[in-house]
Amino acid sequence: MSGAAIILKALQDQGVEVVFGYPGGAVLPIYDELFKTNAVRHILVRHEQAAVHAAEGYARSTGKVGVVLVTSGPGATNAVTGLTDALMDSIPVVCLTGQVPTHLIGNDAFQEADTTGITRPCTKHNYLVKEPGQLARVMHEAFYVASHGRPGPVVIDLPKDILFADCPYVEADQVETKSYRPQVKGDSDAVERAVDLIAKAKRPIFYGGGGLINAGPKASRLFTEFVRKTGYPATLTLMGLGALPYTDKRFLGMLGMHGTFEANWAMHECDVMVCIGARFDDRVTGRLSDFAPNAKKIHVDIDPSSINKNVAVDIPIVGDAGSVLEQMLAVWKAKGCKPDEAALAKWWKMIDGWRARKCLAYRPDDDVILPQHAIRRLFEKTRDMDCYITTEVGQHQMWAAQYYGFSEPNRWMTSGGLGTMGYGFPAAMGVQIAHPDALVIDIAGEASFLMNMQELSTMRQYNLPVKAFILNNQWMGMVRQWQELVHGGRYSESYSAALPDFVKLADAFGGVGLRATKPSELDDVIDEMIRTPQPVIADILVKQDENCFPMIPSGAAHHEMILGPEDQAERRTSEEGMVLV
Amino acid sequence: MIKTDMPIERHTIAVLVANEPGVLARVIGLFSGRGYNIESLTVSEVDEVNARSRITIVTSGTPMVIEQIKAQLSRLVPVYDVHDLTLEGPHVSRELALVKIRNVGEQRIEALRIADTFRARAIDSTLESFVFELTGDTGKLDAFVDLMAALGDVEVSRTGVVAIARGSDLQMPLVRKKPARRKSKASAGAGDD
Repeated sequence: MSGAAIILKALQDQGVEVVFGYPGGAVLPIYDELFKTNAVRHILVRHEQAAVHAAEGYARSTGKVGVVLVTSGPGATNAVTGLTDALMDSIPVVCLTGQVPTHLIGNDAFQEADTTGITRPCTKHNYLVKEPGQLARVMHEAFYVASHGRPGPVVIDLPKDILFADCPYVEADQVETKSYRPQVKGDSDAVERAVDLIAKAKRPIFYGGGGLINAGPKASRLFTEFVRKTGYPATLTLMGLGALPYTDKRFLGMLGMHGTFEANWAMHECDVMVCIGARFDDRVTGRLSDFAPNAKKIHVDIDPSSINKNVAVDIPIVGDAGSVLEQMLAVWKAKGCKPDEAALAKWWKMIDGWRARKCLAYRPDDDVILPQHAIRRLFEKTRDMDCYITTEVGQHQMWAAQYYGFSEPNRWMTSGGLGTMGYGFPAAMGVQIAHPDALVIDIAGEASFLMNMQELSTMRQYNLPVKAFILNNQWMGMVRQWQELVHGGRYSESYSAALPDFVKLADAFGGVGLRATKPSELDDVIDEMIRTPQPVIADILVKQDENCFPMIPSGAAHHEMILGPEDQAERRTSEEGMVLV
Repeated sequence: MIKTDMPIERHTIAVLVANEPGVLARVIGLFSGRGYNIESLTVSEVDEVNARSRITIVTSGTPMVIEQIKAQLSRLVPVYDVHDLTLEGPHVSRELALVKIRNVGEQRIEALRIADTFRARAIDSTLESFVFELTGDTGKLDAFVDLMAALGDVEVSRTGVVAIARGSDLQMPLVRKKPARRKSKASAGAGDD
């Protein structure tokens, strides 16, 4: 078999249904094989970055590995942002990159780049296949590495001569990776100690993250079960939204920089913190010296390097979120544990006090559309539908996280760790491929949307009815907000000048453009957007100077949250905070 | 973000890796990318049959940083095993130095005398120079180099530290299926991994 044929066979054997890619000289043999066998569906994107984001959207909404195929040189370098995004958010992606033939490597050949060198720090692992005999093994191992342990992106760099070379095929079950063996089950002693601590807690809180989503829907079910069984309050990170239904009264909302007042205060005041599949990211913890000062901390993570990285914890448990939750629940039941009802009632009373501040309330406006209101209306109209939400990065992303409720995992795709503007639109494309009949909406800002809007063309080609719901405030809103907060309102280069007419833009690409300029038009535009069976850009002109609250200013701690513009005026950002991102 | 009020410790870490292209770059990239220190790093293949190399790293940092370094090393795909020799008990560590000294007369004789005290061997000689070979722990080599530098013009080449735990336990034993000879090198390549 030729190398290219082996690649196609390995993809099929790995259960790959779709590949997002862009052809070029170095990968022509693979494209030829695609043409001849017609075995795997190929989605032709318009930019390699979008191919990776689409694969991420596909992976995150299905739990499968997303696959990317790009050419050498610029094909590979364009994919780097997507790979880094997948690394930061632990998304399983296998990216095949073309490479110049082995005898030309290092010669500065046409479209040559040191792809394994460039992608080494932004992938979980990468391979350069220099021996035809290694190809099948590497293909299978890449899928294993991408999807086992903490998931992540894997690059396979494929010199063109390898694609032509004759080599034997090796079945997936013949390949055994000896060195990479992540621990799935938690240490039972640690689990037992953790459950004892959880049962004795007076002011407990569950803090769940993206690891719950990555561990499969079962992990979210078990998490929900544990939260309900204990009656303890729970908060979720940006990446964890959907792991616990938003309707559950024990759900305090998202935590962190733009999390809710009650979630952050409960984190600050808790005596036992149960962190499952989250990594104490700086967006979540705020100032570390004042982070949950009185809490005993339990940390469940599949990646040992996440433990004790930012925050020293009392009971670390390395393992898969779902497996460890299963163990915890079993111990909880076997021991007949009961929460301390009296203490819990007192704790909930405190929490209800924070909840009563209604930190997400906003004053309705009859003249101009408030971005929060736009998302709220979108949510009201789509909550009962089979709906998937992606976002770009910025204010709109935080508003989406705050005002859109998720009932189940895998419905929410956002760029959390890397914060990649331009993520949401191609990610939505990948989601729509995986779920052709679902309603897929990219909640976007106008600036982010411009970063990968070329994918409208791909959506037209494949009849992907993705909806871009643009909260257009004509600013890079989050940049503007920080300039207001930290740089004396000197709005350096954050105005979105010379914006295109988004309605005409949609039209030019063969989609449908809609616009709402005042609150009275909003509902009709949303309805029409949902009804339209084509790609839609809904240009929602929102209040320009609205800021995203509540907020933990950078360098501040959970209990120093500001609720709105009134607080903001009183509190200046510390010098230490100013240097933080 | 790591607490800085903790003491800085020096640790010697032994890492067993697959001997494949790029593995050293992965390890070094991890240290530079995350801002960890490398005081010394040595690497060599130790098991040709299974294509395994052993890397010995001397690094320094707070206990939290050291723990991070080990966790980060462990999750690299071509890494089989990581051992913190400093933490896991007594260990022996050695370094080899080649020290060339150029001098004449009385100083030349003194250099030879000191070399003898240090059990250094002269492995090359001209009428106005020696090359000494010396093994020992880092402190001994430092002392020798300082003395030589006082006696003439000196050039030094050192291997960096290799280390192994004391006692009869094998932390990362060689794996040999059959004791006798093996096939040609070509058939025992990275394919085993």
